[in-house]
Amino acid sequence: FFCISVSPGAQPFLEQIENSAEALQDYGVSVVKVNCPKEDVSRYCGKENAVRKAYLFRGNMLIREFPTDALFDVNSIVANVLFALLFNEVKYVETLADLQKIENALKGRSNMVFAYVPATGTAEHRAVMEAAFAYGTLHQFVLTTEATLLKDTGNDESDVSSARLLFCHCQQATDLAEPCRRTAMGQTLTMLNIHRHLKLMGAPLVTEVAEDPEKVSTVHLQLGLPLVFILSQKETYEADRSTAEFVAWQLLGKAGVALLSRDLVDLNILLRSNVALKTPDEGVPIKYLVLEDTDEVITLVEDKNKIEQIQEEEEEEEEEEDEEEKENNNQDIQDDQVVEAVSRDKKRELPLEQILVLTEETFHSALLETARTVVLFYASWEAVSLAVLRSYTEVADHLKGTRGVLLSRVNCWDWPGVCTKENVTQLPTIKIYEKGERSVMYNGMWGTEELTSFIMLSRVSCPLKLATIDEAEGYLRGEFPSELSSYHHTSLLGVFSTATSEAREAFEEAGNILSGHVTMGMYFEDDALALSRKYAVSPPALLLARSGGRSVEGIALSKQSAQDMVRMIRYESLDIFPEITVQNLPRYLQFRKPFLILFSDGDTSQMESKEMLKLAKGRPQQAFVACWLNLKKTPVGRGVLKAYFATMPSLPVLVWVNLHAGGQVFKFPSEQSITEMNILSWLEKLKAGLEIPSSTLSEEDWKPPLPAYDFLQMMETAVPELPLHTSHRHGDTPERHPPESPGGDTAVREEPAQETKAEKVGSPGRDLRGTAPRLAAREKQGKRHSKL
Amino acid sequence: LGLALYASSLRGVSGAAFLYHDYCVIGAGPSGLQAAYFLQQAGRDYVVFERSHAPGSFFALYPRHRKLISINKRYTGKSNSEFNLRHDWNSLLSHDRRLLFRRYSRDFFPDADAMVRYLEDFASLLKLQVQYNTAIIHVTLERDRQAWNGHYFLLTDQDRQNYKCSSLLVATGTWVPNVVNFPGSEYVEGYETVSINPEDFAGQTVLILGRGNSAFETAENILGVTNFIHMVSRSRVRLSWATHYVGDLRAINNGLLDTYQLKSLDGLLEGDLEDLAIVKDKKGKLHITLRFYLENRNTSAGIDSVTLPQDELDNFATRAPYDRVIRCLGWKFDFSIYNRSLRMMPGKGNKKKYPQIKPSYESRSTRGLFVLGTASHSVDFRKSAGGFIHGFRYTTRAVHRLLENRHHGVPWPSTVYPITQLTNSIIKRVNEASGLYQMFSILADIILLRENATAFEYLEEYPVGILAELETQTGRKAPNGLFVVIMEYGRNFSGADKDVFYYNRAVGEAQHAWQSNFLHPVIYYYKRLPTEREMRLRPPDWPLPRPDAVHHIVEDFLTDWTAPNAHILPLRRFLENCLSTDLRNFFA
Repeated sequence: FFCISVSPGAQPFLEQIENSAEALQDYGVSVVKVNCPKEDVSRYCGKENAVRKAYLFRGNMLIREFPTDALFDVNSIVANVLFALLFNEVKYVETLADLQKIENALKGRSNMVFAYVPATGTAEHRAVMEAAFAYGTLHQFVLTTEATLLKDTGNDESDVSSARLLFCHCQQATDLAEPCRRTAMGQTLTMLNIHRHLKLMGAPLVTEVAEDPEKVSTVHLQLGLPLVFILSQKETYEADRSTAEFVAWQLLGKAGVALLSRDLVDLNILLRSNVALKTPDEGVPIKYLVLEDTDEVITLVEDKNKIEQIQEEEEEEEEEEDEEEKENNNQDIQDDQVVEAVSRDKKRELPLEQILVLTEETFHSALLETARTVVLFYASWEAVSLAVLRSYTEVADHLKGTRGVLLSRVNCWDWPGVCTKENVTQLPTIKIYEKGERSVMYNGMWGTEELTSFIMLSRVSCPLKLATIDEAEGYLRGEFPSELSSYHHTSLLGVFSTATSEAREAFEEAGNILSGHVTMGMYFEDDALALSRKYAVSPPALLLARSGGRSVEGIALSKQSAQDMVRMIRYESLDIFPEITVQNLPRYLQFRKPFLILFSDGDTSQMESKEMLKLAKGRPQQAFVACWLNLKKTPVGRGVLKAYFATMPSLPVLVWVNLHAGGQVFKFPSEQSITEMNILSWLEKLKAGLEIPSSTLSEEDWKPPLPAYDFLQMMETAVPELPLHTSHRHGDTPERHPPESPGGDTAVREEPAQETKAEKVGSPGRDLRGTAPRLAAREKQGKRHSKL
Repeated sequence: LGLALYASSLRGVSGAAFLYHDYCVIGAGPSGLQAAYFLQQAGRDYVVFERSHAPGSFFALYPRHRKLISINKRYTGKSNSEFNLRHDWNSLLSHDRRLLFRRYSRDFFPDADAMVRYLEDFASLLKLQVQYNTAIIHVTLERDRQAWNGHYFLLTDQDRQNYKCSSLLVATGTWVPNVVNFPGSEYVEGYETVSINPEDFAGQTVLILGRGNSAFETAENILGVTNFIHMVSRSRVRLSWATHYVGDLRAINNGLLDTYQLKSLDGLLEGDLEDLAIVKDKKGKLHITLRFYLENRNTSAGIDSVTLPQDELDNFATRAPYDRVIRCLGWKFDFSIYNRSLRMMPGKGNKKKYPQIKPSYESRSTRGLFVLGTASHSVDFRKSAGGFIHGFRYTTRAVHRLLENRHHGVPWPSTVYPITQLTNSIIKRVNEASGLYQMFSILADIILLRENATAFEYLEEYPVGILAELETQTGRKAPNGLFVVIMEYGRNFSGADKDVFYYNRAVGEAQHAWQSNFLHPVIYYYKRLPTEREMRLRPPDWPLPRPDAVHHIVEDFLTDWTAPNAHILPLRRFLENCLSTDLRNFFA
């Protein structure tokens, strides 16, 4: 290749030709690049267009010049160069007549390899040329790019876009009128496949064998193909020979055929067997078969290949299954996310400095030191405990500097006595102890926020006695007590006249129970009547201030027990049309009522909330919980919707779901607008059973995620004689008997009989008579005693 | 309660002849005091009779060489008081932290005097009702259909004072020395009186009869000054570290094994003492011969005519004469004070030193008579620790709980937990419970499932031998299936002949946990309570009949079963699959 200067257009070609240099080397072709000096105006450098060509020389003779755009990659370079070099060995034909002329000329002399490539310069072309380089002297290679030639050679089913190679057995052909027999190569045209095919074609059609078939090895076996033996006898030799040849032609390229004469080899096989099959796999014994006709032989081989393929596939699948099974059998892999998270973090030390460690000795004295002591009872080995301990340190951080609250912890693994005495039946447990007095157990979520809020609310006595009407008003506005002003909660105020002590006591008791969860105040000064009148109730009454006192409801209190009051307060302090979050869901679930949920991507539209609020407010003692869920804030809602509807419905979507009875899910028709009226009439239809549920949630329990080790079965497999069912007793080990079971008189009575039997059988030392002579006897015992 | 009221009113009626108590305890040893403690805590009418002037009189004399072989481990690196009891073999159970034995002795193997002091303090600090200097010499029954058990126990002391009791707790231990009678046994000194001053044995040749800890303890004391010691016994040496039974020979006393195996003149022989005879020669030396020869000889002939084994077999092992023969054959229960109507029968075979009792510790033939302490060891002889303080302190508590339920309608104490705490409560107990650990294979925690398995009831340290009677014995109901948490050694691991130090003796992987050899927790699951028949027909060596499922928590070198993946996870999977539920925790 000559170039004047490295022009940018020639750069890709230069790379390719450099890459092909090595491949060409194998065929004795060197690649040279000549840098033409500017002033050189010789034959190659001088010509204007010469620099876009590559030249092939043999010696100093120019053979061919190639336009560089025909040499686009290594394959095309090698193919074209060899094509030029093997001009005589590889005939290029364009017409059928040319092909027939060549074929006829070869008959009786040599075989022909006929290849069709859709285009020159391809990988297939290169493969054919490379094969021709190796076998060109042996067979006549014929190449064409004409698809019509391919069709005429009888390969009509093949599509013309893929290259084909046919081996034409012209050497043995005698009839000039008939085309040579052809054997098509089944595989794609690669150098290796062509080589393999030509090898097979070159092998004798039928091999005659006179030795142990186990020792026979032919080209076919070496190339991974099976070998079919036709078992022959002297009497039928001629017929067998022609059968073998017929079969061989059928199986050409798929299997080898050998003719085995039974008379020459001593075979220990059935006399009836007429065919044997030897597979290339080592160690697989030869199969001897009794077959009816040649078709069976052919199907045997072809099916064998098929079966093998299927088996291979199956094996692969099985392997995959095995792997899957192994994966499923991950019993020893932690699947508890809390345990997993805790052990992942086990090396990270928690900043526990701010949390006082209490022991059996210090527990009681510590409780007396601060107004309120928060105690986390935990076990250092327990995962949830450690996860909560983490949130607890964050709580400690939040409450740093807060007066009157001491955060502490007791490790129940170190001090089980304290935990038992404090009635800790769950790990972890958080309790708030009021100086030397009562304690409140926390039963909310373990998150930092919830815990902090609980502790903060617990700081204020519940219910809080309000002294003046101003305090009471301030309390309703959420301004008093000041330490709670940052915690927005529904405030409850019990208003009592001095006479109604019964209701007040119940209220106070309810306050004790609800401490930490709600803010409760009470007012029972002389002017309580005035306060209650302002909100249109008369004492005893409950004032409910939502959202910072903007709306205050009055509820009359009748003669309720503390428990009833707790229930009522819990219910009343909930929001009317709440946004459901993971944290507050349990509070609403506890009513065990159906849910009417509006799933919304982001905030609900004002119109929708207005209508829903109307709906929810309209029926104060609702038979359902009306709420909404913000998918942006609570992404798990998407999973919920998917469980309900399989696909995501368009948002917003209003859903009626009754988790506690039947689990039916109904979807409010999306074409209707969400208005109180529409919803109500829809609910009526639901009630009347006129609507079809979108889905029904299964009542499937929480099943074990994975099986356990079946030790019982392992014991039975490992120790089959283990009498797990029967009561076989060993007489010779009476001391190892389990204690007699109550009422086991029969068993006890059996024992002595067995013992005496055992004593007679063996265990010297036991028998009284046996021992005396043994201590003295001279014959056998002498040795033993001297040794003693 | 009606019965109790009736019984207390009876006190006034019965008059001066009998002093009445609901519960009479005979013996103010460790188990008697332990029983007294629980009776006192429960506010029961009881009395303890002690023949001596102080509690624990056995320990005032025994062990003769004063070294207790029960360990007093003062440090475990843990503050968990329940866990620490696993390694405190001397303390009794009480709420009083002063009454921990480590406050009484600094020695790992403490002096017996410390035990005497401890028991004195235990009785006095807890103000237990012990009547000293009262030896019960006779016990009989008085039939009365109104009585708790259909009869009263009538006790008579050495001053002919009579006592009447509704329930009798026998805590007399085994204190009657075992003796053997053979010709010449009059030359034998007993362990109870033999000198403990080694100087008295200087240059002597000693034969010790017996092969228990007392025999080896005696030998240990004089090993350095004797010519040599021979020890003869019917059975082979059983080493406690090979059998994991604390009653077998403890390593602390086994100096003689050393000197025997190193051929330093001392030796061990096997032979039946019943066949022995001892003759004394003129010099006062004691010769071993056989009863067999003595029976054949002419009785009128002198000492010289006695055939000695070496006359026929000149290399007979014990042909050398001895200066002293000491008997260290242990003790047996005193059966003599019981009227025949109580049918206090000795056990069978090697348990004949103990009275026959049921796995509930109640006498086989007399209802209302419970045997406590060492005398109750027939339940777990050569198996567990029921014959020793660190074992019977728990079985005594179990008996008390059975009595509370039977006579006072107080059901077996239990705690109800939500099902989410199932794994935790098992892990907590198997890691710290001392009763399960010491009384392995005998006491078990029982988990009774509530309906739908949403909650469960946890009962601690119930005698597993009476599992079938659980409902009547505890007053708790088990209609929804139960778990039994117990500790076990590997079934074929230890024994007198076994090499307990073989390679790969410990199992490390959870999936092979059932092959664990060392003490490890095992959890049995039953869909319903096993019947008495099933209990009776259980496989040999199994504490329980075939369960519906069983789980072994793999043995642990540190006996710390809190590893999340090796211990807790497989346990959770087992529980989940028994209950067909998911017990995982989730982050919200």
